[in-house]
Amino acid sequence: MSAQISQLKTAAELALVQQFTSQKSTLGGDGATLAMREAAFGVIAQEGLPNRRVEHWHYTDLRKEMRSVLPLAEKPTSAQIAEAKISLTHYEGTKLVLLDGTFVPELSNSTSLPSGVKFTSMADVLDGSRPDLLTHLGALDVAKGDHALCLNAAFMRDGIVLEIEPDVQLDTPITLISLRSRGVATFSYARSLIFVGARAKFTLIEAHEGGENTDCQVNDAIEFVLSEGANVEHIMRQDMAKTVFYLATVTANLGAKAAFNSFALVRGAGFSRRQLYVQYSGEGSIAGLRGVSMLKGTQFADTTLVMDHAKANGISRELFKHVIDGDATGVYQGKVIVRQYAQKTDGGMKSNTLLLSDTATMNNKPELEIFADDVVCGHGATVGALDDELLFYLMARGLPKPEAERLMIQAFLGEAIENVEHEPMRDALNECVDKWLGER
Amino acid sequence: MLEIKNLHVAIEDGSKKILNGLNLTVNKGEVAAIMGPNGSGKSTLSYVIAGKPDYEVLDGEILLDGENILEMEANERAAAGVFLAFQYPIEIPGVATMTFLKAALNAQRKQRGENVFTTPEFMKRTFAAADKLLIKRDMLKRALNVGFSGGEKKRMEILQMALLEPRICILDETDSGLDIDALRIVSEGVNALRSPDRGFLVITHYQRLLNHIVPDVVHVMNAGRIVKSGGKELALELEANGYRDYQAAA
Repeated sequence: MSAQISQLKTAAELALVQQFTSQKSTLGGDGATLAMREAAFGVIAQEGLPNRRVEHWHYTDLRKEMRSVLPLAEKPTSAQIAEAKISLTHYEGTKLVLLDGTFVPELSNSTSLPSGVKFTSMADVLDGSRPDLLTHLGALDVAKGDHALCLNAAFMRDGIVLEIEPDVQLDTPITLISLRSRGVATFSYARSLIFVGARAKFTLIEAHEGGENTDCQVNDAIEFVLSEGANVEHIMRQDMAKTVFYLATVTANLGAKAAFNSFALVRGAGFSRRQLYVQYSGEGSIAGLRGVSMLKGTQFADTTLVMDHAKANGISRELFKHVIDGDATGVYQGKVIVRQYAQKTDGGMKSNTLLLSDTATMNNKPELEIFADDVVCGHGATVGALDDELLFYLMARGLPKPEAERLMIQAFLGEAIENVEHEPMRDALNECVDKWLGER
Repeated sequence: MLEIKNLHVAIEDGSKKILNGLNLTVNKGEVAAIMGPNGSGKSTLSYVIAGKPDYEVLDGEILLDGENILEMEANERAAAGVFLAFQYPIEIPGVATMTFLKAALNAQRKQRGENVFTTPEFMKRTFAAADKLLIKRDMLKRALNVGFSGGEKKRMEILQMALLEPRICILDETDSGLDIDALRIVSEGVNALRSPDRGFLVITHYQRLLNHIVPDVVHVMNAGRIVKSGGKELALELEANGYRDYQAAA
């Protein structure tokens, strides 16, 4: 990440510099916020966008992929808000809505949240209303210097901040919905912070939609801070249009005995990179990162994660399933670090890919960096086509080929989806899979 | 019912010829056993009848009630009444056995233009058939064949056969990997399905299975052809003398 590369700046890099210089003072916040923006942008200004010579970005050459920079998203107009409202009808329960990266109270239930949950908009935090919260932005050591996160910190304008009080047990999830206005080509940056008090339990659903017929660039980040014994289930569904260029970063700082389970279904966006950073800051915590990606056409989707076991007795599980059709490309990079004192760490990582066409591509890179001597860590990566023997077995029982293939793919992805605890969401994810298979 | 005429088959890449002008008839209501040494082409025959794509049929035909099935996909053959009980049933992680059974049964019915079974109808039939084979309910909820013992996998094959009600049942070394009790349960399951309208082709290495599933005819296969046919006593003779005589004949 600290690679020093002196190349001529690309058009996109020059545009970013220009954009930052001219707009940094209009993005919200001064003093500490502005200092944070400048420090973050300094990384980009100095190192440029990461290219394939940066190990962490080896399979996803951001400098090459990001050819231009769209204008920064403005606050949505009332017409855009009214239009967005229509696409919200299929969401139930407590909603918090971001439109082009801006929090929209009119579309959200932010004033009627369950007791024990406090909401603040990120715009207010950046404006200096809560200096205590501001210090948590970008504070996770393991994610420091990350290019996508730095870019987000430089341009972030809004997002949500949730504080869940200790011992609060929320039975129903809170849904964070990110939408794009139609017909406006923009670059939007949302930043959210989720604090979960000691022993509190809650589920956050994150849904990303929109971007039809419009070139969009999106760089979102969401940071979780879990206190001792907190338990979070995070379920992300990314279903944006193929015209969207999407960078996303999730970080989680785990207190002792905390449990963090994060699941992602990636089906949309022409180009996407999703990064996860988990830091074990207390002993005995557990994290499960899982996901399914279904890609076709010329889609490109990268999932890159870093698990940093800094304390003892931590457990980590990763299970990622890719189904890739057409000329699409998938990337999975999983890095598990076990630091010297993180004894008794138990890590298990799996990446399985089904290639459905001869021109589909998958790049897998599992990495283990272990400095402790009493740990159990393993990883496995497979890439293959649908199993002919299995296909024949199903057909010999009467299933026509497309139906047999569908069943096999459902079963393949189901192994990851079945880990989602929230049942209605599990059903919704399976429906997403069915829909994708139906469109094949 | 099943007529195989002058069947010549090679492995798909043409590297090796396995069946060399095989002729075989299984009549309605008949249980025909096929015995033969390793490598004689028994399993290939079962796969070719079921429609496995790894083989190239060079010549000949396979008729089911007079209709040539060689141009049909495996699923179409299944819907037409061909059932192969696999020597090594495949594990399907992530697919609950009940889900699979229902999908298979209804896919066949749909292809035959019949009404699909509702869930209660299907469950009733499945539980009744499973009980006869001593298959526990919780096994039906598990992923198909995953973690099943050898005996459980074979019983599951017979359960599928019972539910799908095929016209011609091919049992490929169903006795392999079975202990005495499992062999008895599986054989009883097969015997219960014997009917005047259904034919059986029982492929085995050993006479032992044929004590339980008593055949009407026994065919000896070697080098991709039927080299001798006879009554059930032929199996006993083979058990005593081995295949030596027939290998020389081929």
